[in-house]
Formats: sequence, C-alpha cells, structure tokens
Amino acid sequence: MSGAVAAMPEAPITPALVAEHGLSAEEYARIERVMGRAPNLTELGVFSAMWNEHCSYKSSRIWLRTLPTEAPWVICGPGENAGVVDIGDGQAAVFKMESHNHPSFIEPYQGAATGVGGILRDVFTMGARPVASLDALRFGAPDHPRTRHLVAGVVAGIGGYGNCIGVPTVGGSCAFDSAYDGNILVNAMTVGVAPADRIFRAAARDATGHPVVYVGAKTGRDGIHGATMASAAFDEGTEEKRPTVQVGDPFTEKLLMEACLALMGTDAIVAIQDMGAAGLTCSSVEMADKGGAGIELELDRVPLRESAMTPYEIMLSESQERMLMVIRPDAEDRARAVFEKWGVDFAIVGRITDTGRLVLKAGGAVVGDLPVRPLVDEAPVYERPYTLTPRPAPLAAAPDDGADPMEALQRLLAAPDLCSRRWIWEQYDHMVMADTVQPPGGDAAVVRVHGTNKGLALTADCTPRYCAADPAAGGAQAVAEAWRNLTAVGARPLAITDCLNFGNPERAQVMGQFVGCIQGMAEACRALDFPVVSGNVSLYNETEGAGILPTPSIGGLGLIADLGRMCDIALEAPGETLLLIGGDGAHLGRSLYQREIEGRQEGPPPAVDLAAERRTGDFVRRLIESGRLSACHDIADGGLLVALAEMALAALDAGRSVGARIALPAGAESAAGWLFGEDQGRYLASVPAGCAAALLADAEAEGIPATAIGANTGAPAGATGASLTVEGRGAISIAALRRIHEEWLPAYMAGEAEHER
Amino acid sequence: MKAVIVVFPGSNCDRDVMVALEASAGRAPAMIWHDEATLPACDLIVLPGGFAHGDYLRVGAMAARSAAMADVVRRAEAGVPVLAICNGFQVATEAGLLPGALMRNAGLRFVCSWVSLRVDEAESPFTAGYEAGQVVRMPVAHHDGNYFADADTLARLEGEGLIAFRYVGADGERGEGANPNGSVADIAGILNPARTVLGLMPHPERAAEPALGGADGRAMFDHLVEALS
Repeated sequence: MSGAVAAMPEAPITPALVAEHGLSAEEYARIERVMGRAPNLTELGVFSAMWNEHCSYKSSRIWLRTLPTEAPWVICGPGENAGVVDIGDGQAAVFKMESHNHPSFIEPYQGAATGVGGILRDVFTMGARPVASLDALRFGAPDHPRTRHLVAGVVAGIGGYGNCIGVPTVGGSCAFDSAYDGNILVNAMTVGVAPADRIFRAAARDATGHPVVYVGAKTGRDGIHGATMASAAFDEGTEEKRPTVQVGDPFTEKLLMEACLALMGTDAIVAIQDMGAAGLTCSSVEMADKGGAGIELELDRVPLRESAMTPYEIMLSESQERMLMVIRPDAEDRARAVFEKWGVDFAIVGRITDTGRLVLKAGGAVVGDLPVRPLVDEAPVYERPYTLTPRPAPLAAAPDDGADPMEALQRLLAAPDLCSRRWIWEQYDHMVMADTVQPPGGDAAVVRVHGTNKGLALTADCTPRYCAADPAAGGAQAVAEAWRNLTAVGARPLAITDCLNFGNPERAQVMGQFVGCIQGMAEACRALDFPVVSGNVSLYNETEGAGILPTPSIGGLGLIADLGRMCDIALEAPGETLLLIGGDGAHLGRSLYQREIEGRQEGPPPAVDLAAERRTGDFVRRLIESGRLSACHDIADGGLLVALAEMALAALDAGRSVGARIALPAGAESAAGWLFGEDQGRYLASVPAGCAAALLADAEAEGIPATAIGANTGAPAGATGASLTVEGRGAISIAALRRIHEEWLPAYMAGEAEHER
Repeated sequence: MKAVIVVFPGSNCDRDVMVALEASAGRAPAMIWHDEATLPACDLIVLPGGFAHGDYLRVGAMAARSAAMADVVRRAEAGVPVLAICNGFQVATEAGLLPGALMRNAGLRFVCSWVSLRVDEAESPFTAGYEAGQVVRMPVAHHDGNYFADADTLARLEGEGLIAFRYVGADGERGEGANPNGSVADIAGILNPARTVLGLMPHPERAAEPALGGADGRAMFDHLVEALS
C-alpha cells in the first residue's frame, strides 16, 4: 500500500548541489532557460536523471548515428527498449545487450543480477517472451586481490537471477586483463521471441485521458542516482556508493513477466515501458515524449516500500522489477485481475494529458511541473574533441625459432583467457525451457524457436587487445567475429546489438578510441549486411584516471532455418579430412601466442578484409546448409592449433575420442605463425574423406583459399585415447589436453595461489 | 493418460514437462494453478521444477502449504502417482510425501550439467521402462539438491528398494566426482513405500529428445503413459 509522501525540504539550488547532480554550470543554465525559472529540487533531480551520460548519450550520440541500422528484415532499430528482427513465419526476435559495470564492481552479486533483470525487462516490455541470455564479462588480472571475489559474485549473481526466472543463460565471453582491475565489465544480453505484428512500444500515442498504471515491485530508496553513478568515474569514494546499488528479486520479476505477457495477449495495453535507469522519471518522460503527449503522476498512489519518501526519492528510485503502462480506460478491471492472479501490485498512478508537460502531484499540491519535449530534445549533445589512436608499425617477420608448438599449445589452453569456462556456465541453467540445442562452449549457442524446427544462433564477442592497438580494426574485427561465429554453426547472421564500454570521453585519446571503434564497426556492419538494432553505451569506465581497454561488445543474432542442418565444433569421426578455409595464418601481432608465449603485446592486430570475410563465410554457410561439413569452427583467439584442439575436446565431451594429425605446409615461413596466427576470416572444417576433393574444387572455382591440412585420427592400438599430432613437431593426447584445459579456472577460484598469474 | 501439472508461482519447468508428457501421451496435461483447492480427476500428478515462491524462506516450504498441495497429498494417499522433479522433489519432501530433505549443494554453487544415473529400482510405474542397473544420462540444474535422510530412513530406503536413481560415473560405478551435490548415498531419486511417488533432482523432461543432447528421459514418460492409460 502507498504511504504518505513526505514533503520536500526547502533546498536552495546552489552550484554545489548542481555539481552533486553531475550537471555542469552550462547545463544548469540550460535547465533554467528551458524552465523559464529556477527548478525546485525534485525538478533538478529529474533533469539530472535525464541528462546524465547513461540516459542522454550526450557524448556518443553524434557517433551512434553513423552506424547502419536498417535492413529489410529489421522491424525495429535503436530507440526502443530492444531491437526487433523478422525471423519468418510471422515471428520476430527481440534482443539487446546492456552494461551493468559500475554496480557490479561495487556489489558484484546484486550488480550482475540486476543487470540480468534489467535486460530481461527490456525484452518482455516489447511483448517478447525471453528465450535466452548471454553475458560478456571482463575482469582484472587474476592476481589482483579483488578479481576472485568479483568473478565469484558476478557469476553467482547472473545465475541467481536467470536460473530463478527460468530463462537459460546459454553463452557469452569472459576474459581477464589488468586494465579492468578497478572497473570490471558486466554486459548482459537477452533475446526474446514475439509475434511480429504484436510488438509493444513506449509511445503513449492518442491516449489523452488514459490511465497510467504502475505494476510490479514497490518503490524503495534503492538505486537513487544509480544512472548518475554510472556516468562518473570511480575514485576512492566509490565504496560509499554501495547504497545506490539496487537489489534484485527474480521471483517478483518472474511474476511480473508472466502477468505482462498474459495481458499483452489482450488489447488492454496502449503503451508500456520498464522502469530501468532513473526509474519513474525516465519511463514516464519517454512514454509522453514518444507519444507527443503530457503525463500527470499522483505520487501518493505509487506503491511504496519505505515510509516518508519524498517526491524526489520516488521519481529517482531505481527499485527493480517495476513497469509503467498506459491502458485503455475500459480495460482497468481485467488488467487488474491479471496482476492480482500473479500477486503483483497494480496501481493507477496518473493519466496521459495533452499538455506536453510532466506534472507531479503529492498531497494535493503540484511538486514538479516540467516540459516533456525539452527534457529529451534539449538534452546536451557534445561533439567531444578526439585524437585517433596512431596505427602501430608492422612487426618485422620473426624467423621460425623452432619452439615446440605442443608445449605452446598446452600453455595456451591453460591460460586464463583460453581455458575452459565450464566453471562459469555450469552455474547457469543453460537448458531450462528445453530448447537449447547447442549449449555453451561452441562458436555460437543455438536455441530452438519453441515449437518449430528453426533456431536462433547467439554469440557475444570482442577482442579488446585488438581495439586498444587499432580501434578501427578492432571494431571491425568484433563485428566480423560475431558474424563468423554465427556462420560457423550454419546460421544466417541477421543483426547485432552492441554494448560500447569505454573510459572517460572527456579525454581526447579515449574519445578517439570510441570514434575509431565506431568507424570500424560501421564499415563491417555495412559490408556484412549486419545492422545494429539496439545497444547501450557505458562511458567513464576508469578508476583513478586509468581507463579500461576499449571494449565494444557485440551481441550477434542469426537464424538457422532448418536445425537438421546445424553444425557444431565437435570432430565427428576418425578418418575425416581437415580443411583450412580462408587461407594460411601468419599474423602474430597482438595474438595470444605473442602475449602468453613471447610475453609481449606488439604490432598491429590482424587486418580484417571484409570482402574476403563475406565471400568465405557465405561459402562456408552454403556448405553447412547443404550438409557437406561434419564439424566447423572459426579460427580466433589462439589460432589454428587451439581451434583444432577445441574441436577434439568438444568431441571428447560428446563421448568421442577423436584426434587429428596435421602437417605444416611446405615452405611455411614460420611454424608459430601458421599454427597460432590470428589472421581473420578463417574456418577449420572436417569433412568425410571422400568429399574433400569436390569441396576443394568448389572453393577454387569460387576463389576461396582452401587446403587439406590433415585428417582426424582415432585411438591407436594400445593407446587409451586419441592424440593431436603436428607432423615433425610432436603430439599430445586429447585426454591430457582436457586436463590442462579444464584445470585453471576451478583451481583459481578455489584459491590455489599458484594459479594467480 | 490424463496428467495434471501443478504450477506454483515461480515454477519454470512446467512447460518443459508438459511438452515431454504431450509427446509421449499424445494429449496435453492440464495446468493447475497452485491456489486451486481441488484438482481435476487424473491418472498422474506432476510437481515441476523451478523456484516456487523464489525458493525464499526454505526451498519448497511455502509451496508445500498451498491449497493445491493439500489435494495432491490426499490424491497421493489414494494412490494417484506423483512425479516430483527437482523443485517438485523439494516440495514433495516438505509436504511429507517423501522422507528426508534437500539441502544446499555441498559445493555451495548452483550446478547445471549432464550426469550419469544408475537405475537402482526398476519396479515402479516411473522406472519400469528401464532395466535395473541400467545407466542413463539426464541433466541436473539445482542449488539445493543435496539429499539428506537420517540413518534409519536410509536403511529403510535401502532395505525396501526405494532408491530409484543414484549418481554414478559413466561406467555405472559410484565414486568421487560422480555425485554433483553431495547427496547421502549418492541418492538422485527416491520412491515412497507404495512406489507411487517418485522424487528426483535430475530432469527427465530435458532428456526427452535427441536434439536436447539425450533421450534417456523419454522412457520414463513413455512407460508412465503405458502403465496409467
């Protein structure tokens, strides 16, 4: 029930108060101009919530406009709660990725959990039932004293929320780098499925007089100014910000989700918007603004969890699991009945007006009165100065040093960035909903569209060490790798969501990283017909002046029309031929081999040839669609030999002991370059021996580089299992590789100090 | 066979088991909301997996006190078979349909993975589709699957052949590493003395078709349909 709203204290708006709200003097002057008077404290709070970086995109907006957002299959691009693409048969996929970096660093369990809760709401707000989540995580160096605690808390928080609400967490990525020591990244992505003609939006259009309904959890004091916090860099005072982190309640969200989806099956809802960052403020303003309307809220009617909350606190609370809806006037009783069945609060808290103003009432008095349109349109937009990152000079070709590649392989598979993530994804229920047809561990996860034989392929990718060295190449690579991962399972890539994590945009060098990455992403999206349909920007990711690596996380979605033709990475059977498609490797600049084995990070990252990428990928996808490949894996971090080892390890997981014997090509300049180079646009494929020649001929006819590099092997007589052999360079058993690959993360998390490296 | 699935606030495997039952039975089960005091006439009651009432307070405790559960207990006493999966198993122990309790996993973490199970008791409508001693694969996905019962109860379960499934290695042998949650005696599923109630932590409904990674669960549903139709 609603308690009495407390009166606002009289507070003069001083420059110090303005600064505390994260607003500059110029921005405050603009507020006075928009208002035609000085705002009161509640109104100042509303402006600060709307005009902070997180909500207004004031530093990034001009650059985001340069990203391609359209394609014939795009139903709804950026600007709504999530992007929507057509997946045929009258169905649409709805998806978005969003950051929850700052809260997760302060309180990892709740920060990560509410990140998942928020992105789930973004998807079901649009009328889609969430069907899968993914998470892109970046932590500090393993030997940093906080890293273990943060990994444990974030993973438990993601699982705690997703497992309870019953949406499978099917994939993602996780990596470690000291650049994230004081500022981890938690990017959560959710995908839902909806009828293509029943997409719900925020705009309260033609709805004057319609009731505004608040549903979900009660409002408390949690998270007040969370969005402002997410728009500031960390300093020593960060620990004191713990009270601004919200607490998640996945059970309430499950009930809220079921009630909303049930009501969405009727014609009751005119507009709906979840209360995320800046809660009631953002949701009410967006509904009114997009509908060209005004909105009047009676704060006395808002369900409150705590006593004596002020209008300021009610408007800025970021309590979770809440939604705002505009419903038809005649639908009130049936809407209320749905929410009562699910035990979720339902309160009419206002109405839509034609005044174009946001009017806040409490105790019979007007406590805030602001023009809606300028709150959105007049939000500052900055063209921040930027300095593009200079391109690194090419590395001199390294002579073959004769290093033992099998030794290098073992060190790579045991490295924090390449070892098995099983410890993470076994804490996520990745099978609930009983449609996960490709679980975590492959190139892309695949969930079946319920009741059909279609699949959605999903991936989350970024290689920040490439982005740091050459932002444009790194931005293009992140998009291309997502596209390639979807292709490798046989999916047609449809669109991406992005989560752009960068440092302080007020530094020209950081802004240059942002601009470079966007330029690279835009080029790749255009070349691959892979538009951006939703996303989020997270800036000010820095602590004590040190920024993170530029990290544009890319969430990719693709469609598999016939799951009978899906491919995975697990080697199928001994005797098959292994094909390298896309060309020989040689590039070791910024590779994991260079970092882990040579102990340096130098030179340019691998170049992305987008035309070749597309040609090769389209060829591989056709091979998969026509059933000609029995296994396929893209070559990425760690290069060819790591990819091959992963294919053998996946086979072992599936109960098949299959190894491989490959040979270096005659005249390869550097064994390390060929085995561990991270040259882009390449795939390893396994095909039945009799089919290889025809396939190679087809590749040649299309101008696609492809060669047979060896064959799959079984366990030799007398041996307990299969091995991986590089002719003339040694061999290692798959069972030994498995031990190495599985060891590091659980041992590290168990606190074994020798694994802090 | 007419089946009823009781849906609690927070159940999330209700649809999954409905799909599996429908595939075996050829007809959809009835979904009954937890506040219904009287269940429709039926041949089988299913308590599905999930997080009833958020697993708040104590897993299964609040759901066990719902209106529908009072009728479930009455029907079970009258001999209607009850299949209690995962969270349903927790609810069934809280409701007194089965002895013992499910505690937090020994590793303290949620665990979602495929496990090997040995069918230790094939004489029940749930397990008669398997051979005694057969090793089957099914997923587990739980935070509180660590089965515990006192020594007398355990002796009775053992003595009366009421331990339906145990966690084993792929070779069918019990041992370290095979038990995902620390359950006493590697217990994954138990029967009531009348063999009409089965509670188990693994999810047969997630192993009911090859596309999901395995189909060993299908035999449970197929045989239930055969036995109860």
